[in-house]
This record gives sequence, structure tokens and C-alpha cells, in this order.
Amino acid sequence: MAAATLLKFLAMQSIISVTNLSKRYASGFEALKRINLDIHRGEIFALLGPNGAGKTTLIGIICGILVPSAGKVTVDSHDIITDYRAARSLIGLVPQELHTDAFESVWATVSFSRGLFNKPKNPAYIEKVLRALSLWDKKDDKIMTLSGGMKRRVLIAKALSHEPQVLFLDEPTAGVDVELRKDMWQVVRDLRDSGVTIILTTHYIEEAEDMADRIGVINKGGIILVEEKAELMRKLGKKQLTLQLQQQLHALPAELSAFKLTIGEDGSTLIYNYDTKAERTGVATLLGELSRAGLRIRDLQTTQSSLEDIFVGLVSDRQ
Amino acid sequence: MNLKAVQAIYNFEMARTRRTIWQSIVSPVLSTSLYFVVFGAAIGSRITEIEGVPYGSFIVPGLIMLTLLTQSTMNASFGIYFPRFTGTIYEILSAPVSPFEIVLGYVGAAATKSIILGLIILATSWLFVPLRIEHPFWMVTFLVLTAATFSLLGFIIGIWADGFEKLQIVPLLIVTPLTFLGGTFYSTSVLPPVWQTISLFNPVVYLISGFRWSFFEISDVSHTVSVGMTLLFLVVCLITVWWMFKTGYKLKK
Repeated sequence: MAAATLLKFLAMQSIISVTNLSKRYASGFEALKRINLDIHRGEIFALLGPNGAGKTTLIGIICGILVPSAGKVTVDSHDIITDYRAARSLIGLVPQELHTDAFESVWATVSFSRGLFNKPKNPAYIEKVLRALSLWDKKDDKIMTLSGGMKRRVLIAKALSHEPQVLFLDEPTAGVDVELRKDMWQVVRDLRDSGVTIILTTHYIEEAEDMADRIGVINKGGIILVEEKAELMRKLGKKQLTLQLQQQLHALPAELSAFKLTIGEDGSTLIYNYDTKAERTGVATLLGELSRAGLRIRDLQTTQSSLEDIFVGLVSDRQ
Repeated sequence: MNLKAVQAIYNFEMARTRRTIWQSIVSPVLSTSLYFVVFGAAIGSRITEIEGVPYGSFIVPGLIMLTLLTQSTMNASFGIYFPRFTGTIYEILSAPVSPFEIVLGYVGAAATKSIILGLIILATSWLFVPLRIEHPFWMVTFLVLTAATFSLLGFIIGIWADGFEKLQIVPLLIVTPLTFLGGTFYSTSVLPPVWQTISLFNPVVYLISGFRWSFFEISDVSHTVSVGMTLLFLVVCLITVWWMFKTGYKLKK
């Protein structure tokens, strides 16, 4: 019991803590505005935001590639500036762009990365990583001969080469075909199961919905929200009931005025949005009122809003 | 200290040299051999000796310096510029590596390559002309100090440059002319007094003079002044690199 409590406590601990972080470039552009964010140990955290929102800047600062203008970041309590060696040694980074050493072999470049992080040679571990990423057959090939998807996996292998505790995946599946994408996400799940904390950005929001434990939305340099995925879906997710009528409507009958209904473009569809967490959804009453109004239903269907719908709603609300 | 990172960067750069052996080693050795043929044999037949040293032998230290300076500068500048150009520098910047360790890896590899080249040219020279080294310790000291200093200069250029043209400007338009004008093929004592004074503003004069002294005990300036000037240039380069990392100049936004 005590062990379970301890595990839960550890899981809730922040492995990355961002406090009042700001970034202003020399051009004057303010990419981050007093960001506060905590990443829990062992979670998959999806950072979503439109292009130019500040995702890559935030990741760049945490990893040591960019210099913050103000604020503080710690990784497992190690300050990224004053204790940068300890902080960076915990982090693996897969960048958005395909930055690779074209003339190096896969094996050499992954081994190079391990050395950079002060880790002794471990061919067995490198082999394990390459096999997990389906790169073992290509280990002696020069990177320039690989496809885009394979190069992306090489970058992941490099990031994993030093056995990091935190893995940043900045658009990891961009340009990767569906089959490989599934394999990559399986690798990510396995990493999470082994205790690695994962922070990912992706434009494939359905992937974030599928993978993430928590979601953070960033826009115009500010964090809009951070929420457990399930809680976010419950809070902001809406359900929609679509009713196909046997006749066409030009206007809503008076009996139905109490419901927030929309008539579809074809005139024979009624759309009703309702809140799933409300005590009464009003669906049963609506069906009764429709019958009383003499409207016959040909068909009906319900749909749940996706994370993408929620994301688009959040971002567009703040435009 | 992250010695494994230093080793990784060093080995990576040395592997690049091995991959491009024709360009890195064979080409400079061939070019220098041509200098021997043209200057040593053709012109040397008309200038028998300078300060008691046969002309063919006299130009050897200068030719080694010429290769050392240009190759140190170009190799180190390319070594750091290429990761910036391809974007792979992200990995160095995000690794637990200090600026000193990064410099040690890149500059150490560039200097090693230049020293190897210098020694190959020295060995090749023995095939063409009679040679003697009066002060082997000082010869090695000048070789190592010069390779390290100009590799540092190359590293600075590699960070400063934002295009391949800029990368070439300093080695081709500054280092090479200064080397040719620094007494590679002649003693500055044969110049008119005004040009002798102007030559003293050329740092390469001190390097070639000191290096030549270690071979034949003849020099344009005292060898202690040569060592002093080389160390001064080394310190200036070190301070510049330190400033670049401290401010993140062209490395970190």
C-alpha cells in the first residue's frame, strides 16, 4: 500500500518545471510570454499549438539550444543554466527538422550521440534501440541513402542513445508513412512504460488524443490550458445529435423553440448540441416534442467532438 | 569533465579526414611537393643559399608553415561550420558538453590533422633536400602551438561565417597572402628597411622565423619573440572563442 502511494507520489512529481519563462528574440518578437508549466514524471504530455505558437522555442530553451530572456527551468530539480550538465544528460531531443550527418553510417552517428552524453560504449544497447526502430538492417548504411521516414527514426535512435529520462519529440511523425508511424508510437508507449517522460508536439491531433496523458495548448507564446486528456474531453467535448426528418422545414415549430436547434442546409435535418456532463441532456424531451409537433424521424445519429475540434475551438476563440 | 564527448567529437572529425583522405592529406602534400619543384629546383638553382643554408632547405620550414596555417584554419572552420550549415549543431548544443570541451574536440582534431600533414611534408622534404633540425623540442613546440592557434582561428571563422564564401575569405584572402609575405620563400632581411618594418606587423613572420630557427638557427626575429607572439595570438583567439560561447554569438539565439 505504502509502495503504491509512493509510486503515485513520484508520478505526480514534476520532472520539468517551467516558471515565468519568457523569450524575446533580437528582432523584438516575443515568442514566449511568462510561461508556467509542470511536466509530470512518467507521463506523455502533448503540447499542441498552431505554427509559430512557441512550441519549438519552449523545447529549444529546455534543451539548451536557445537562451531564455527571463524565467527559470529545472529538469529533475537541476537548473538548465547553472546545472546544465545534469539537466541535459537527462534529456533526449528529436528535432522537427531532419538534421542528419549525411555521410555518416547509422551506427556511427548513434554511437557519436551516446559519446556526447558521456556514456560508455554499449553496442548491445545501441543494437536494441536500432532493432526497436527497425533500423538494424540499415546500421552500416550512410544516412544520405535513407528515406525521410528512416532518417526520422535515426534521429529518434540518436535521442535514445544515452538512455534519457525525458524525451522531447518535436513533430516525430511528420513525413512518416502510416505503418511506420504505428511502429514509432509503439516504441513511444514502451518508453513510457519503462518510466521515460515524453513531451511531444504533433500536427496529427488524433495521435495526441490517442497517446497523451495530458494536453497543453499553447498559442501566441502563452499557455492557454493544461489538462488531463480525459478531463479535457469531458469538460470541453460536446455531443451532437443529428436528426433526419421525413419532411422539409422552413422554420422551427413553436413547440421546439425551447431547444437550441439548427436546421440543416437541406432543410430536412435538425442538429442538436448537448452537454454530456449535464444532469439532463434534453434528448428524451426533444424527441417527445418532435412527435407532438408532428415531425417524423427517418434516422438519427450522435457524434462526439474530437480533440481536434476542441483544439480548433480553443485556438480560434483567442485569435 | 565530459571526456567522452571530447573523444566523440575528435573521433568524428578524424573520421571525416579519413573519409576525404585525397582532399585532406594527398592534395596538400602534392601541392607542397610542387612548391619544392618550382621554387626549390627551378629558382633554387639561381639562389644557391641564404645565410649559409641551401635555398631548397631554407624554404622547408616556410612551406610546412604555409600548409600548417592554411590547413589548420580551413579544417577547423569547416569542422564547426558544417554542423551549423546542416543543423546538426543542435545535438552539440543540447548535450552536457562545456564550451571548452567542444573547442577541445574540434580544435584538437583540426590541429592533429595539420600536425600530421606538417610531419608528412617534413618527411617528404627529406627526399628532395638535405635537412637538419638543430632544436627538435622547439620545432615540435612551434608546430603544435601554431597548429593549435590557427585551428582556433579557424574555429572562430567557422562560427562567424554565414556562408561558404565567408568561410573561404579569411584563409584565402588573408592567411595565404600573409604567409607568402611572411618569409616563406625568403628572409625578410633581404627586403628594403621600410618593408622590413612593415613585415613586423605580419604575425606570420614570427611563426616562420621561429620555426626556421628551430631547424637552422637562423631567424628574422629572436625565437623568444616568436614564441611570445605565437602565445599572444593564441591568447587572443582563446579570448575570442570564450566571448563567442559566453554571448552565444551565432550559436544560440
